[in-house]
Amino acid sequence: MTNISRVELNVKGLLGTKLGMTQVWDENNVLIPVTVVQADSNVVTQIRTTDSDGYNSVQIGFGRIDPRKVTKPLAGHFEKAGVTPRRHVVEIRTGDSGSYELGQDLTVESFETGQKVDVIGKTKGKGFAGVMKRHGFAGVGASHGSHKNHRKPGSIGGASTPGRVFKGLRMAGRMGGVRQTTHNLTVHAVDPEKNLLLIKGALPGARGQVVLVRTAVKGA
Amino acid sequence: MNDLWQSSKEKHMHKLDFIDSASLRTDIPEFGPGDTVSVHVNIVEGKNTRVQVFKGYVLGRQGHGVGETFTVRKVSFGVGVERTFPVHSPVTEKIEVLARGDVRRAKLYYMRDRHGKAARIKEKRESTIARQQGEKVEEVTEA
Repeated sequence: MTNISRVELNVKGLLGTKLGMTQVWDENNVLIPVTVVQADSNVVTQIRTTDSDGYNSVQIGFGRIDPRKVTKPLAGHFEKAGVTPRRHVVEIRTGDSGSYELGQDLTVESFETGQKVDVIGKTKGKGFAGVMKRHGFAGVGASHGSHKNHRKPGSIGGASTPGRVFKGLRMAGRMGGVRQTTHNLTVHAVDPEKNLLLIKGALPGARGQVVLVRTAVKGA
Repeated sequence: MNDLWQSSKEKHMHKLDFIDSASLRTDIPEFGPGDTVSVHVNIVEGKNTRVQVFKGYVLGRQGHGVGETFTVRKVSFGVGVERTFPVHSPVTEKIEVLARGDVRRAKLYYMRDRHGKAARIKEKRESTIARQQGEKVEEVTEA
């Protein structure tokens, strides 16, 4: 097997529910917009190491689920870890997977105030959207004789040469409802009592959506 | 109908009220449009802090919760000056209510077009204030 020289970062991650946005005053008396994420009931459900799986990662479960609704294979998987079944399961590649224990509870204290994090979530679905909304096209003039031609994309290519429309040309279509990672957000505050993370700025997805918060992997 | 709506409004709390409550100030007096107020603001200049007072009448209050603001207007040397303050700003030292105004609008934007005598705001009578606060007022009726 070829050994790919890949730097394995020690990534910490938590699943949580996006509760919504609000504002808080910081120590400089500046009003900061924050998104509140509730990250409770996170638990380690599986640990992968180079010896057993060829790579290092930790699998975490999150969210309440009726145990009767869990399929038998999954129920067995949770039983192996010695935890009650969770609704959502996610795997995080991390170099220090050996330092985790099976069935270990993970709390918001994994993160500290001021730390940079990435947040992964599913964006709000926008339905079938035109090119102005979907790709930020400028559209066509409102006046100067424009007729029924205000939000259209304009030309989509040449004529007999090339005689076709190029692949990947940006056009109208389904927008949103896709996985998105927002990088390098700042943790404004951590509330271990209520299992809350206050993250500065907006996060992908609607309120009530499950998001993955992990330590920033790309740096500023 | 009105009662029903109000009670449901009180029950319907926002999800993040428990976070906002930490940022809300409880030492802010009740005031509304038309009231004459003086706002004491802490200003940091390098290492010194001083208090600046802005006195005028409240043009209106905007928004709700942590982000609620109010606009104060005054006429200074013949020039109208308006300043908007966040209600719950930690920078505000204190807000003093000097007089209650008797107005019929939530936003007093019409005051911007008024000059001189027309730009006055009638002061609310004491009995009106007391009645609003639920106190019993003895009506003085002339025989």
